[in-house]
Amino acid sequence: METTKDIRAAELGEFMARCRTSPRPESHLIAILHKAQSLYGYLSNAVMDEVSEAMNIPAAHIWGVATFYHYFNLKPKGKHTIAVCLGTACYVKGAEEVLEAIKEELKIGMGETTQDGLFTLQEARCLGACGLAPVVMIDEKIYGGLTPKKAVDILKAYRKQR
Amino acid sequence: MGNMIKIHINGKPYRVEPGQTIMQAADKLGFHIPRLCYHPKLSIEGACRVCIVEVEGMRNYVASCAYPVSDGMKVRTNTKELRQARRDIIELILDNHPLDCHTCDRDSNCELQRLASSMGIKKRHFEGERKQYDMDISSPSVIRDPNKCILCGRCVRICSEVQKVYNLGHAYRGFKTVVMPAYNMPMAESVCTACGQCINVCPTAAFVEKNVTQELFTKLNDPSVIKVAQVAPSVRAAIGEAFGLAPGAALEQEMTAALKRLGFDYVFDTQFSADLTIMEEASEFLERIQGKGRLPMITSCSSAWMKCLEQFYPDLIENVSTCKSPMSMMGAMVKTYFADRIKKDPAKILSVAVMCCTAKKYEAQRPELMVNGMNATDMVVTTREIAWMIKSAGIDLLHIKPERFDEPLGLSSGAGTIFGATGGVMEAAIRTAYELYTGETLLDIEVEDLRGLKGIKEGKVVMDNKEIRVAVAHGLGNACDLLDIVRKDPARYHFIEIMGCPGGCVGGGGQPYAGINSIPLDEDCLKKRAEALYNLDRNKTIRRSHENPDIQRIYKEFLGRPLSATAHKLLHTHYKAKGPRGITPQVAIGMKG
Amino acid sequence: MAVRYQITLCDGPTCMHKRSKEIDAALERELASRGLSGKVDISLSGCLGMCAKGPIMIVNPGYTIYGGVSENDIPEIVEKHLVRKQPVSRLIIEEDHLYNRFFRVFGDVNFFGRQMRIALRNCGIIDPENLDDYLSVRGYEALAKVLSAMKPEDVIAEVKSSGLRGRGGAGFPTGLKWELTAREESEEKYVICNADEGDPGAFMDRSTIEGDPFSVLEGMIVGGYAVGAHKGIIYIRAEYPLAVKRLEKAIEASRNEGFLGTNILDSGFSFDIEIRLGAGAFVCGEETALIHSIEGHRGMPRPRPPYPSVQGLFDKPTLINNVETWANIPVIILDGAAWFSSIGTEKSKGTKVFAIAGKIKNTGLVEVPMGTTLRQIIFDIGGGIPNGKKFKAVQTGGPSGGCLPEAYLDTKIDYESLAQAGSIMGSGGMIVIDEDSCMVSIARFFLEFTQNESCGKCTPCREGTKRMLEILTRITEGKGAEGDIEKLERLGNMIKKASLCGLGQSAPNPVLSTIRHFRDEYEEHIKERKCRAHFCARLVRYEITDKCAGCAACRKVCPAGAISGIVKNRHEIDQAKCIKCGLCYKTCKFGAINKV
Repeated sequence: METTKDIRAAELGEFMARCRTSPRPESHLIAILHKAQSLYGYLSNAVMDEVSEAMNIPAAHIWGVATFYHYFNLKPKGKHTIAVCLGTACYVKGAEEVLEAIKEELKIGMGETTQDGLFTLQEARCLGACGLAPVVMIDEKIYGGLTPKKAVDILKAYRKQR
Repeated sequence: MGNMIKIHINGKPYRVEPGQTIMQAADKLGFHIPRLCYHPKLSIEGACRVCIVEVEGMRNYVASCAYPVSDGMKVRTNTKELRQARRDIIELILDNHPLDCHTCDRDSNCELQRLASSMGIKKRHFEGERKQYDMDISSPSVIRDPNKCILCGRCVRICSEVQKVYNLGHAYRGFKTVVMPAYNMPMAESVCTACGQCINVCPTAAFVEKNVTQELFTKLNDPSVIKVAQVAPSVRAAIGEAFGLAPGAALEQEMTAALKRLGFDYVFDTQFSADLTIMEEASEFLERIQGKGRLPMITSCSSAWMKCLEQFYPDLIENVSTCKSPMSMMGAMVKTYFADRIKKDPAKILSVAVMCCTAKKYEAQRPELMVNGMNATDMVVTTREIAWMIKSAGIDLLHIKPERFDEPLGLSSGAGTIFGATGGVMEAAIRTAYELYTGETLLDIEVEDLRGLKGIKEGKVVMDNKEIRVAVAHGLGNACDLLDIVRKDPARYHFIEIMGCPGGCVGGGGQPYAGINSIPLDEDCLKKRAEALYNLDRNKTIRRSHENPDIQRIYKEFLGRPLSATAHKLLHTHYKAKGPRGITPQVAIGMKG
Repeated sequence: MAVRYQITLCDGPTCMHKRSKEIDAALERELASRGLSGKVDISLSGCLGMCAKGPIMIVNPGYTIYGGVSENDIPEIVEKHLVRKQPVSRLIIEEDHLYNRFFRVFGDVNFFGRQMRIALRNCGIIDPENLDDYLSVRGYEALAKVLSAMKPEDVIAEVKSSGLRGRGGAGFPTGLKWELTAREESEEKYVICNADEGDPGAFMDRSTIEGDPFSVLEGMIVGGYAVGAHKGIIYIRAEYPLAVKRLEKAIEASRNEGFLGTNILDSGFSFDIEIRLGAGAFVCGEETALIHSIEGHRGMPRPRPPYPSVQGLFDKPTLINNVETWANIPVIILDGAAWFSSIGTEKSKGTKVFAIAGKIKNTGLVEVPMGTTLRQIIFDIGGGIPNGKKFKAVQTGGPSGGCLPEAYLDTKIDYESLAQAGSIMGSGGMIVIDEDSCMVSIARFFLEFTQNESCGKCTPCREGTKRMLEILTRITEGKGAEGDIEKLERLGNMIKKASLCGLGQSAPNPVLSTIRHFRDEYEEHIKERKCRAHFCARLVRYEITDKCAGCAACRKVCPAGAISGIVKNRHEIDQAKCIKCGLCYKTCKFGAINKV
């Protein structure tokens, strides 16, 4: 783990060193962030600090750029994305309870990712599967007719697959 | 004047100079176009769109702050359509702004409020979702409330362009845009130097100082503590503005009287400890030019500058004078020398500093400045806060019977007075250093080269055939430029004064807000405040720190001599590199766009 | 001479009579003397039918046709054309209009009938990763012509008189833009290709680059020569990896062959091109925002003037054109401004590429002469509306454009006519809308996009589009109020006139144009709580008719328990409980549930 980290840091460092030799090093910021994201999967504060120091660009500026463009992720995404439908049909059928159970099971809130990096929890507007309400979509797959217990069982199954 | 061009404003022809914007031309002709994001000291943002005007031949309105005049141009500034458009723009801002004016820090002193009133907004048409963010109250100096932010970007620009701290930036985008430090980190953990210039330029209350007035009122009512105040030079030069006076009025003894009525038992003058600073700093300088210590020596009075040094210029820490700031020297003397004299337990003394500065609130909390395990300064209030307290307590500052500062820490020389203006510390130091070095009295004591608002000022003094080269910078941006020179050419100067705020302390982050018809950090206003201090200096008989009899007495009775062991223990400190490190400001890219 | 040339000599009776065999021999001798034997393919062909101009010699790649060639011309042809890659113009007998190439390959099939391909001339014809292929269709000939025979001011004059206008949307005269940039005195100037195509559903630029990256490069090099720039930058979306890869390959190949880099084609002119990736921000299509993005900043526009031609990238004079504009340049140089300006309307010359999508049979990319009507594009080229539905509107110009109803179908496509009708040319998105679409929802859809893409700098766009979106959402949810239309108009007109950049200035267009042309639909939504297209879910009422067989399927499927009834009897929907999910409607086998 440590070694891959070092390799990535070295690669980013080399990339930035190349940028620094160009006439306007700071103009390569977006390319550097692309590079960092391709290496690490997302832009952590630590990586942005590294860029700030290596390129002598204020961290507030890098943060401003990273948050401006859609393409940059500021948080690592989990292996699986859970989208809990909070459309009207699901809502009246108890989506809220299902959501609470999922939060409880994963110990995360909306928009967050579990510590093990397995799940990211998101809310969805109507998924168009009202007949199956309440529904949860995990990656591309829809699970319907959920109860809090069923939802938790599904998550457990995903964990086992791993 | 030969190449004047002709433009029409609202149907009438005028001759104006080319190369200026419509707004600049209109201002000179007496047409005031409403504005919000514009500030003459900052780059053109063109964002708020309040200053839009009609230009004949243009399909859309143009922002008069950004659009240049051209010959034959026909401008309209006040048509029915424009008035409605401006009105709607201000209303849109209000629709995303808390409606809590009567409980807001900036109530009755808010540019947005004034604009809304001048636009005649009576009815609301477009209300909807409003932003909701947490306030950042982490810093002891600067509170950030994104809910009140209208995204004019003035704070971002002053923080990067004028101060070169680059702490604030726009993050996210569109309706979700927020001004914040990197990673939305708390102000207290950020590279913020607490200078408070964001507060000065903010048109609303998105940035305000951490207000401790209620806490102070409570303590002033506590009979078990001895309430001691000290007042910085620049407070007297500006406090009148908060009471409706034009800039330039010095209300020294009125202010002292008001503080006593507020409940302070003793009111001392930070100018006394400024004299003390000069004694120590001039002596330290003489040691350094005799080979003991690194040159150039750089002053250490400004707390924002100290944080800037520790973060951005750790390599220059050895160059900075070990002297504490006048505020902290005073605090140390109050809790030792003064407590001894009145034979009281220093723990029972409440040491309050009335400052033109927000960074002093931060400085007061620095652990290395503690004296015998106690805070040297217990509380710091700004000029704005004390002005509010005086009003709130029903004290008529303008008609009060003047009173003098108290002994033994109240008498000051003119040298201590001019500390408040950029160049003042250097001037004061020269007055004393010259005499200490040569044994002769310097007669021509007003150093014109070091006065005024030029970003970096240079001067020379010859002491016994030795040429001393000095430089002065005010505002952290200018300071960074100067330090860049020092890094490249360390032998260029012997002595440097740096003040964190534009204009020095008179332009501090805690000074009264710009009122109606004035703009924050207006140069004219800064000059008048400085002039008020220079006048006080001129009217004094004692104008050199070492001639101050109370200074002579404190050395005799308590400190020994400058740089003595006691002086070192109580009046000197050390700085060390601090994180987050930030970047090297002067070569950093600007945050435009 | 990395290109492998193929020379065809006509060996028909007339040419033979005119000494084609001797020419062949002379050619062999000349090649041998230069050590090039075997490095050029020489073939004799049958009669090419251009007997009057014989002897005919055709040089490929490039399809250069020389006529009246004599043995004495051979050294010159070998030296200039084969070695220095510059055709011998005095011998060329047929200037072949580039757009014709398309027909040679695809023929005059129906879909292409009304099209004329200039920008897309090579797309589908050449291998976009093969420089030789590009050279075979007269690639880089415009560059050679410009460098060898034209002064920069001649190039600008040619582009100016062609009447070409910017294809990115606003339609600023390209030649004038070039002239303004050329006029500035600066050691350092930049040429930028704006390939930050961000309109939802538009893919003109991507297709152009993926199909023919070389034309864009050639256009930029010519532009650089004309304005005195030595550095070009292509700003392209990171979401277009294939286009990026092809550009990279094309740049490298062109550099290796001396079309790019220092001392291009021995002319003394140097120019190089660099690719910069965007990172997902629609507003970066705006030129000042794009410049900020290349500089490494947030893509926020700034007020103009100063215009980029005076103070652009890194504060240096900068010429920015979009992909399609650049792709037109080689054609204008080779086929001439006079020819180019013969196409199109009085003020809009040449062709325009559109991406047609939506409720239309032939979805795709079309390039038509300016002046073609919307009806011709939608019905003749696009094949009309599928499923027998009725045409309702066409949205041009992407999220910045407007919706035009049937009455405007005979509007000619040019910058002015579209603007007059309340829409814009834009970069070329064209979405066809049929009777099943709700115009309020369409307006809402586009506004949601621009609102989401607002950079947040100026108040009208940041705050105003948000409020407009809220009002529109309210209307589509059946919560519209009297006066909402007027509020939309008031805000929309203010935002148009007061916003800082083109994004804000055009963001209200979809709303204002639908209010202008479909005001009755807005009023129905507000006053009658009705959506005639049955699109706005909240405004649809499901009712069970007499056709109900009482099967209870709807009752079982209803997630809200809103349906009641006894088996074999007509069921009822409790409107108060109904959540308008439409499941009953989809489930009913008897067609007994109506949307009203």
